[in-house]
Amino acid sequence: MRKLAGMTATTPLPAVADLVNMPEAWRTLLHGLPSVDQVGAEQRAAMLATRSIKTTSKAWALDLAIRMVDLTTLEGADTPGKVRALCAKARRPDPTDPHCPQVAAVCVYPSMVSTAAAYLAGTGIKVASVATAFPSGQAPLEVKLADTRAAVAAGADEIDMVIDRGAFLAGRYSEVFDQIAAVKQACGNAHLKVILETGELATLDNVRRASWLAMVAGADFIKTSTGKVQPAATLPVTLVMLEAVRDFRERTGRQVGVKPAGGIRTAKDALRYLVLVNETAGPDWLDPAWFRFGASSLLNDLLMQRAKLATGHYSGHDYVTLD
Amino acid sequence: MTFEYAPAPESTSIVDIRPSYGLFIDGEFRDSIDGDTIKTINPATEEVLSEVVAAGPRDVAAAVEAARRAYQTVWGTMPGTERAKYLYRIARIIQERSRELAVLETIDNGKPIRESRDVDLPLVAAHFFYYAGWADKLSYAGFGPHPRPLGVAAQVIPWNFPLLMLAWKIAPALACGNTVVLKPAETTPLTALVFAEICQQADLPPGVVNIITGAGETGRHLVEHPDVDKIAFTGSTEVGRQIARAAAGTRKRLTLELGGKAANIVFDDAPLDQAVEGIVNGIFFNQGHVCCAGSRLLVQESIHDELLTALKRRISLLRLGDPLDKNTDIGAINSAAQLERIRALSEIGELEGAERWSAPCPLPDRGFWFPPTVFTGVSQAHRIAREEIFGPVLSVLTFRTPEEAVAKANNTPYGLSAGIWTEKGSRILWMADRLRAGVVWANTFNKFDPSSPFGGYKESGYGREGGRHGLEAYLAV
Repeated sequence: MRKLAGMTATTPLPAVADLVNMPEAWRTLLHGLPSVDQVGAEQRAAMLATRSIKTTSKAWALDLAIRMVDLTTLEGADTPGKVRALCAKARRPDPTDPHCPQVAAVCVYPSMVSTAAAYLAGTGIKVASVATAFPSGQAPLEVKLADTRAAVAAGADEIDMVIDRGAFLAGRYSEVFDQIAAVKQACGNAHLKVILETGELATLDNVRRASWLAMVAGADFIKTSTGKVQPAATLPVTLVMLEAVRDFRERTGRQVGVKPAGGIRTAKDALRYLVLVNETAGPDWLDPAWFRFGASSLLNDLLMQRAKLATGHYSGHDYVTLD
Repeated sequence: MTFEYAPAPESTSIVDIRPSYGLFIDGEFRDSIDGDTIKTINPATEEVLSEVVAAGPRDVAAAVEAARRAYQTVWGTMPGTERAKYLYRIARIIQERSRELAVLETIDNGKPIRESRDVDLPLVAAHFFYYAGWADKLSYAGFGPHPRPLGVAAQVIPWNFPLLMLAWKIAPALACGNTVVLKPAETTPLTALVFAEICQQADLPPGVVNIITGAGETGRHLVEHPDVDKIAFTGSTEVGRQIARAAAGTRKRLTLELGGKAANIVFDDAPLDQAVEGIVNGIFFNQGHVCCAGSRLLVQESIHDELLTALKRRISLLRLGDPLDKNTDIGAINSAAQLERIRALSEIGELEGAERWSAPCPLPDRGFWFPPTVFTGVSQAHRIAREEIFGPVLSVLTFRTPEEAVAKANNTPYGLSAGIWTEKGSRILWMADRLRAGVVWANTFNKFDPSSPFGGYKESGYGREGGRHGLEAYLAV
């Protein structure tokens, strides 16, 4: 975007080239996206939330949801012991049922990456690490890049970065773009999830713009929230992000994943998100490679509902492990 | 990987359909004096649900007589505060029995349970609550210090929103102190008959509400009865004309809510994803059996292709099938006759050169079904752009400037509703001033509220229902 295709130094219209090379070109692009009517988006999300998922489709969806969980602990009090317990849970979410699938990833702070990587080696479960001065993103770029490199060096497969919401809200889009692009480079082979922190972006128009900005800058995933700001993930916000990845693939051919995170606690919520995926971005996204849930307590409710469906009765909170 | 939604049918055990029904006259169900019987069927399965009376002239006379007596002895003289209590009670019973009524509406009409449950029934209850609130405040409604009721109201309603249209008719009539004789449509009489039970349950004085079933002939006897003071009709423009002729030269007050061919106008700065939702909701809500349906899509030519691609993608996701399944978006066409009309007009659309596209959805073997269909390349001269199809068929036209959009939108004998999709507030106001339509929606469509008046321009009828304005049709002002 900093230099549009076809615009070379030999272009006979230097004035136009100057125009599209200005940082304001980002504004032109992002504000040229179709706007979002909040009332309509909320109505659509609410309608899809009435879908009734029962019996066989519920069983299928619950297993898929478990496979999409990024089991997360992001606390100041995290210790190797806590992370170890979480990894054990990730490997065997339901110790009583060997058919219960594994989760997609374990998500921790950079300092815990090596611990998690050790416990998850050979399982296929990814190690995800937040980085770039999570959760505020208010640090110099060099610090953010060092944070990212350290996490990758310690064994992170996926990096969950936060965007600089201050720069975004101030309209310094090219700065946000440059930072995401730089972090993407620092990731090397690790997948990059870009956290928009939609609770601070406030409007759905901003959510759509930030989604596009992140995708153009190289995000492999766009993620709603850090979980540290309210509101975190909501259905309307996720709807707009799913529309963005759908439209982006249509335009560019590149598929980007979506991860709602924060506040998704019940299996019912998870099923609503899966319906939203199915009827917005489409079935291509119904895969842990393209859709994740950032959550901690969600997994236990998924397990309880799964057991209920298999046995016909609820087992109760003492029959799922607390980690 | 495909996410199949397993069948999630709403249970029908909550409804108890009797094998036959009499007429609800003077507070009780009575056998017919001189009527025939008609069968009402489930349009999704073609199963016979029940037998109802096609009331004859003497039945009609008995109902009008009961209504007159109730008007003179009880209801017309009752203080508004007391009338309000009955209306509130009816509203509460409707809420309590809303699941039963929603299931029954879906069985008899063919509309998806999601709509009868989430749209029809909440609006029905809201309408009674709203007008209950007016019953003791009529002196402050702007129609003089002591506005008087008219007397006996003859009300004839259509099959597309059976119970909701009943509420639109009965709630304001009763709030203003009139008594009513209401005839539901011949294909959808069942929820009106349960409403009769609700009147009994609410201890409504006998004769205040009378429900007589039947077809067009019964309706004719009712509106032509000499002791009727007021006629309220919702239905086709053709029947509306006949009623207007019959009422001409009599003392009867008349309000008509007739057909429509609404323009849904999408500008290039519209919120596209929500506009697509609004277009789908505008034409496929209730299988397009909506008088204010957005059946003409006027799209700014510069975004035509982009919008149509998004629209077809969205329409392909619509789930057509068992109306009782909670995940069904498109239910059954209400009757064989209506299906025939939709098919005939669609064929004419093709013959006249418009390009037809239907959603790739399988249709059930039994029952009446029509897939969501879009015609592109439609011009103002095509019959599918002029005539009301009353089905899930959208005609797409283009425009270049706001002036042209207004001109095309208004170029119809109808004028019930219109929709505008743009992010420019000033353009919404500019358009709304120029559109000759009773309702203009901005960045939404098919939104209803009891406090908002509804009614048409031109051949879409006259009079307003809903809101403070809706009182006027039932008061001697």
